[in-house]
Formats: sequence, structure tokens, C-alpha cells
Amino acid sequence: MKQLMGNRMNAVYLAVAIFLIILPFVYESRTLLILLTQVFIFAIFAMSYDILLGYTGIVSFGHAMFFGIGAYTVGVFMKRFEPTVPNLLLSILVTILLTALVSYVLGLLTLRLKSHFYAMLTMAVAGLFLVLAEKWRTVTYGNDGFTFRVPDMLKDRTDFYLICLVSMIAVFALLKRFTNSPLGRVLQAIRENEQRTESLGYSVLHYKVIASVVSGILAGMSGILYAISLRFVNTSVFTMDITLDALLMTIIGGVGTLVGAIIGAGLIEFAHHWLTELAKVHWIFERWIIFFGIIYILAVMFFPMGIVGTLRNIKFKGKKEKQQKAGEKIAS
Amino acid sequence: MTVQLRLNEVETHIGQYHIIQGVSFEVRKGEVTVLLGRNGAGKTTTLRTIMGLNPASSGTIHYKGEDISRLPTFTVAQKGIGYVPEDQGIFSGLTVEENMKVAMKNDNDSTKERLELILVLFPDLKKFWKKPGGLLSGGQKQMLSIARAYINDNDLLLIDEPSKGLAPIVVEKVMETIMEMKEKTTIVLVEQNFMMASTVGDRFYIIDDGRTVSNGPMKLLKEDEEMRRKYLGIA
Repeated sequence: MKQLMGNRMNAVYLAVAIFLIILPFVYESRTLLILLTQVFIFAIFAMSYDILLGYTGIVSFGHAMFFGIGAYTVGVFMKRFEPTVPNLLLSILVTILLTALVSYVLGLLTLRLKSHFYAMLTMAVAGLFLVLAEKWRTVTYGNDGFTFRVPDMLKDRTDFYLICLVSMIAVFALLKRFTNSPLGRVLQAIRENEQRTESLGYSVLHYKVIASVVSGILAGMSGILYAISLRFVNTSVFTMDITLDALLMTIIGGVGTLVGAIIGAGLIEFAHHWLTELAKVHWIFERWIIFFGIIYILAVMFFPMGIVGTLRNIKFKGKKEKQQKAGEKIAS
Repeated sequence: MTVQLRLNEVETHIGQYHIIQGVSFEVRKGEVTVLLGRNGAGKTTTLRTIMGLNPASSGTIHYKGEDISRLPTFTVAQKGIGYVPEDQGIFSGLTVEENMKVAMKNDNDSTKERLELILVLFPDLKKFWKKPGGLLSGGQKQMLSIARAYINDNDLLLIDEPSKGLAPIVVEKVMETIMEMKEKTTIVLVEQNFMMASTVGDRFYIIDDGRTVSNGPMKLLKEDEEMRRKYLGIA
């Protein structure tokens, strides 16, 4: 039955993927294309956050630092050197190394602490990166940021849309496998009960650091795509707003589900777009952040499990009722 | 008989509270050693101290001759000590199968044999194999918790109040299982249910106010009504 359900879900994923691949060829809308590209990029970022929050139970307020490292690395490489594919690949490699190193060292130093201390410390370190980006003007051009050129193959919007889509699908498939592996099960066990996992013989810190590194690298990748999509980078990539977006996307979609992070990214990006459009109707919609705040409060109050989590819960309750009814029938 | 575990004048603080104030006991290989005492005497903290969850502030804990009192919890577990906590500690978001897989240290023939035995002892686990642990009843959760500790070739099992909050029929089942496990593993059992403790136990230690105050073969305690009344509040 589970296999059947799994096959059905895979069929749905496949249908959605095919639809998204075909979309730019049948429906020409530059705005939609750019919007969906942003959704794919933030979906990768939100999935990376879900590995921390949803699968390992780690709350980070500084996830933007990895996003920013990716964005600045590609920006600096494309600005300082020729915007060629080999240089782009080199910048990806450097991003992987930098994000892995930062997440490893940070994880090793802070993941021993209780979750709220970790959350505060990551926020402080992310703040340091923001200050570094503001002050190291010779490289980062400070708050103003800088524009850069990208390799020819990334110039076409449709091509870049497809690259982002394929990247999102690849990350989703990879993380699905990762979370269903024995290592993924240990991470989920840590989320449920750290002490119990430790007394089964697992070094909790070791596994948390693995989750932190995987999450950091993927966040860096999404930062690279984000900077390329804008062909511009400034200090906003290190701000708290970016982390809060990931938090919001993960919680609204459903923590610990991966697909929820994608749905959450879609909802937030589209809501952001629509609310900005509504500014033409009434000025209040210019302050779209207020509406995000309301959405966040309502989501936490009424859908603490997020969209996917709530749907799963409804489905599970239905099944349980069916089982109970079947039991009553047999008894009578 | 070989001594597998030895605690010598162990003291444990939790925050500012001095919970264990001098616990000493020996666990002999192949026996079930029962820790008895009133509520709040320090029995659970003693087990947690052995596991390193509440590290000892002084004294020594030797397991197979090696001092484990300063080791982190996961290293203690890796040395072959299984722990079944009082609150069962199952992972409610994981299925029964995943709970078992997380606990398995190896996937060898011995583990498979043990798993077969577990599923014979606890058929309910087989029935709910693909269901989340959170959906199990209290008794089933206790069975899963014991099964998880028993799946590995642990030489020593620390079991904390396995009968707590369970229906008498389930308690009987748990007792049968402990008797079965006794054949293969040394057990330290914390238990309030004296009937169960006296049935499965070979040796007893009474802990009172964080100190071991009496010990001996279980037979002795069964016959000594005065001691039972004094330390356990039962006749």
C-alpha cells in the first residue's frame, strides 16, 4: 500500500515537473518565468533549511550567511575574472568549500549548546558576515553592491529557468534519498529525542554537524543561483530577512516534509508578488511585510504542521476513522 | 562469578541538587540485579549516571574493569550497555521498523536472529511494523523500547521501571520477556512492583535517600518483612 502511495506521489511529482518544463514553451510570460525561477531558487534554500529545522530540530537564525557566501563568491568571481563556464564552476567549488568549512566550524563550536543559544549564535555570526560585506569595500563594494556579467549559456531567461528547475528537482531527489537513508533516520531520531539517540550509541554532535554542513552547502548553491538570476549582489543577501523567508517557507509548507518547503517557497514568492501588485490599488499593500507577519502568526496558530503536515494529518485521521468503523462492524 | 559492573561511592548532582550521595553496588554476569527504593530515592538517576546522561560528580563506575564514569553517553552505549528509560523514549515520528533500524548497531545474523525472537515475543510490533511509534499504546511502546535495547548484542541492559503505568496483563508479558532476556544478557532492573522484581531478580540493592543501604540475594528480601516495610513501605 505504502509502495502504491509512493508510486502515486512519484507520478504527481513527475507530472508537475513535466508541466513546469513545458510551461515556458507554451505560455510566454517574462514575469511568470522570472517569478518561477525565484520560486525554484528559494525552494532549494528552504529545503536546505528544512534539513536543519524539520529533520534535525536545529533552529538557526543565521542561515542567510551561507546564502550570502554563495551569492558573493559567484559575484566576485564573475566580476574579477572572465565570466566563463570554467570560472563559474570554480566559484561553485569555492562556495562548496567555504560553506562546508564555515558550517563545520560553526557547527562544531555551537551545536553542543542548547537550541536557543545556537539560534542566537548563528544570528551573531551571520551579522559578522553582513558587517564584513559592508566594510570590505574593495571586494564587495559595500552596501551598494555590484553588477557582474554571467557566462553566455546563462543569459537566456528560459535556459536559466530550466537550469534552476533541474537544480531544484535534483536537490529534492537527493535530499529525499538522504532523509530516507540510515543517516537521515538518525537525524530524525535526534529531532525527537537527543538523549535517547545518544544512549543508542550515536554521537549527536557528529550527526548535527553533518546536517549543518549539508544544509550550508545547499544554501550556498541557492545563493549562487540567486546572484546569477539578478546579475547583481549586495549586502541584502546576508540580512535576517533572508533567513526569516526560509523559516516562513518551511513552516507554512510543513516542516520535515521537503515538498512543503517547495510549496512554501511558491506561496511566499507569489504572495510577495501579488501584494506588491496590489500596491497600485491601495498604499497599505506597499507594506507587504505586515501581511507576511499576519500570515506567519495565523499559520503558527492554526496550521502548526504547515500545509503538507495538515493534509497528512487529515488523511491519517480519515484512515483511523475507517479502521475504527471497520472494527465496530466486526464487533457487532 | 565475574563482576560486570561496579559502582563505588558514586555521587551525582543535578544542578544544585545532590541526588546520589554514595551509591555502591556490583552486578554479576548473567544475573538480574534489582534496584529498589521509594519514589525519589535516586534509582533512575543511578541508571542515568551509569549511562553518562547525568555524569557522576565523584566516585567510579567500572564496566568490565574499565572506568566509564567520565565517558560520554554514546561511548558508554557503544561499549555494550543498552538502556530502556522510564518514559520509554521511543521516537514517535518514526515507524516501528525505523525505530528498530535506528537502534541496530549491526545487520548480521545474530541481529536477525534476535529480531525474529523479538517479533515472536512481541507480535504487536510486527502488526504495527510500518506504523509511527506515536500511535502505539503504552504497553506497545514499552515493548518497542525493550525490543530496541535487546536487538543488539548488549552485554548489559539497564531497564527502568518497565511495568510503570501498564495493565497487569502487559506487566506479565514484560516479565516473561525479561525472564527470556536473562538467558542471554545481564540486567539491572529498577522496579517499584515488588512482585515483578522478586520474580525476575537474583540480587537486590535498596537505595534510600541517594545511598545504597542494603543488599543481598532476592530470597533474603522476600523473607524479611521488616526490611520491606522499612525501606519499601510494603509488608
